[in-house]
Amino acid sequence: MSFLEVLYFIIPTTIAYAAPLIFTAIGGVFSERSGVVNIGLEGLMVMGAFVGIVFNLFFADTFGSWTPWVALLVAMLVSAAFSVMHAVASISFRADQVVSGVAINMLGIAIALFTVKMIYGKGQTDFIQEKIARINIPVLQDIPVIGPMFFKSVYGSSVLAILVAILAWFIIYKTPFGLRLRSVGEHPMAADTMGINVTKIRYIAVIISGGLAGIGGAVYSQTMTGDFGHATINGQGFMALAAMIFGKWHPIGAMAAALFFGFAQALAISAGSIDVEFIQKIPSVFFLILPYALTILALAGFIGKANAPKASGTPYIKGSR
Amino acid sequence: MSNKVVNILVPIISIILGLIVGAIVMLVSGYDPVAGYIALWNGIFGDAYAVGETIRQISPYILAGLAVAFAFRTGLFNIGVEGQLMVGWFAAAYVGSTFELPMIIHLPLSLLAAAAAGALWGLIPGLLKATFRVHEVIVTIMMNYIALHTVNALIKAVSGGGYKTEKIHPTASLRSDFLSQLTDFSTLHYGIFVALAMVIVTWFILEKTKTGFELKSVGFNDHASQYAGMNVNKNIILSMVISGAFAGLGGAMEALGTFGNMTNRGGFTGIGFDGIAVALLGANSPLGVIFGASLFGSLKYGANNMPNAANIPLEIVSIVIALIIFFVASGYIIRVGLQRLAKKKEAK
Repeated sequence: MSFLEVLYFIIPTTIAYAAPLIFTAIGGVFSERSGVVNIGLEGLMVMGAFVGIVFNLFFADTFGSWTPWVALLVAMLVSAAFSVMHAVASISFRADQVVSGVAINMLGIAIALFTVKMIYGKGQTDFIQEKIARINIPVLQDIPVIGPMFFKSVYGSSVLAILVAILAWFIIYKTPFGLRLRSVGEHPMAADTMGINVTKIRYIAVIISGGLAGIGGAVYSQTMTGDFGHATINGQGFMALAAMIFGKWHPIGAMAAALFFGFAQALAISAGSIDVEFIQKIPSVFFLILPYALTILALAGFIGKANAPKASGTPYIKGSR
Repeated sequence: MSNKVVNILVPIISIILGLIVGAIVMLVSGYDPVAGYIALWNGIFGDAYAVGETIRQISPYILAGLAVAFAFRTGLFNIGVEGQLMVGWFAAAYVGSTFELPMIIHLPLSLLAAAAAGALWGLIPGLLKATFRVHEVIVTIMMNYIALHTVNALIKAVSGGGYKTEKIHPTASLRSDFLSQLTDFSTLHYGIFVALAMVIVTWFILEKTKTGFELKSVGFNDHASQYAGMNVNKNIILSMVISGAFAGLGGAMEALGTFGNMTNRGGFTGIGFDGIAVALLGANSPLGVIFGASLFGSLKYGANNMPNAANIPLEIVSIVIALIIFFVASGYIIRVGLQRLAKKKEAK
């Protein structure tokens, strides 16, 4: 492949891999900005991927080509409902948020596999017929060089992901709700004194993160795998968590980090076929561990300082100092 | 009600609640919960073979639980047990299959290699925590995935492009004909004694040495420890290294006892994450870890009998385990409930 052909392949693959990470990482931003650590993103994504596929299989005849989009919506609702468990435990019951998140991860994959075996009698579902379609964006696709890279045969869900990131930035930084969200995550007692309902804001934030992680999971299963099994979601949730940290708890930063991680994944699967000697010589394992290694470096302060919201991880107990 | 009674009641109530909700899930899904739990029981205690396999399953759970619990006592949350266990597994399998030595050297060397590999994987988050104040939870999660991909690449490299390492030599094996025959030819091996020995080592370090006192002190209050003249950073690193070594030994159980080699893995073993549950249920004490590991190890192995005997997917047990963790973590609300109950009794 020539260099330009490589780009024509790598860039769409990058965006396709990044889209589920963007949704989930933005969800993580909402939750952590409100002061609730959400390690359970992986389990919420599993739930979304599972619900998306099962809904798609059952209702493909009813909704036709709209099926994957309705499935996204249903996955969002189910994962949002599932995340209420994490919210109740970590906000109302003052559970250790990390432990509760670990429980959510175990529970998500267990419920999904239990149900799949119950319905299909085997470890994975059938393949869906109605995948999320690739679209060509009119006008923009005719731009020379850039057009075929970014605007030809992209998944509609990828466009949606980028729109969601921009919307999240607007909500968190430009609306009263966003200001409350951030204040609750930085100093809940001060926020409480000013009349903000800390518990309510945190519940909303966790539920938003659940819904977005659900969409992320359903996008992944309906674009990448086409079925659901035990390894469908294999670390994407944790990679989204990494993207959120690498993006410094900022929606646009998280999106950029997710795109970069998508790039690393695209390189890992295609490095062997790229006609650039330098890249061919690098074993694919380095591309596979790149997102995780970079996140560690970012946290250690080698790539700018990453500061978590101050109250992240601690339950708010009214009246305590 | 005294604090001690409540501390014991919370895990017990959590287990009961977990089993009840599991039964409800089975009922709603159209399965028979009674038949399910009977199948589970028989899967654990049904015959000598099942008991042997259950004990075999408990050994890595004890070590994984110890790893989590040990770090917890120094105030560190080691989610990286999974990755530390995997590098330990590989190291033991590699040393066990590559070198040819008499057993008296080979077996300890293989165990040591596993512990060292796990310790190395724990050292990195420990160092980053001590020097840059980086939160260990995120670093250890990332280290898990680095371990997964690195180990797979290493298996490919040492096997010349294959997907599994060679079988270990008998001189490095924990397999025991005696234990195997005792339990109707199960794969029970000497690993359980290694695990129990490590429980005693943990208890000794934590309760009987100056180092253990310092580790616990840092866990209670690092500022006070610093003021008292302890080296907080050194203790953080030490705690992660010891924790990682236990996790690595857990991997050695699989390499030298159960499987005798390591195969390319598509995902995690799950033992490391279950170790969090074990430590949590055991209140991070060495004795509690034996209790937690016995419960979760039994549940995990007994579940294998459920699809055949009662036609129920074995994931129901994972649901129950997750729920138990969830209830133990939400212990605050159980405590409140217990106190209300106690007050009502007093009023009468």
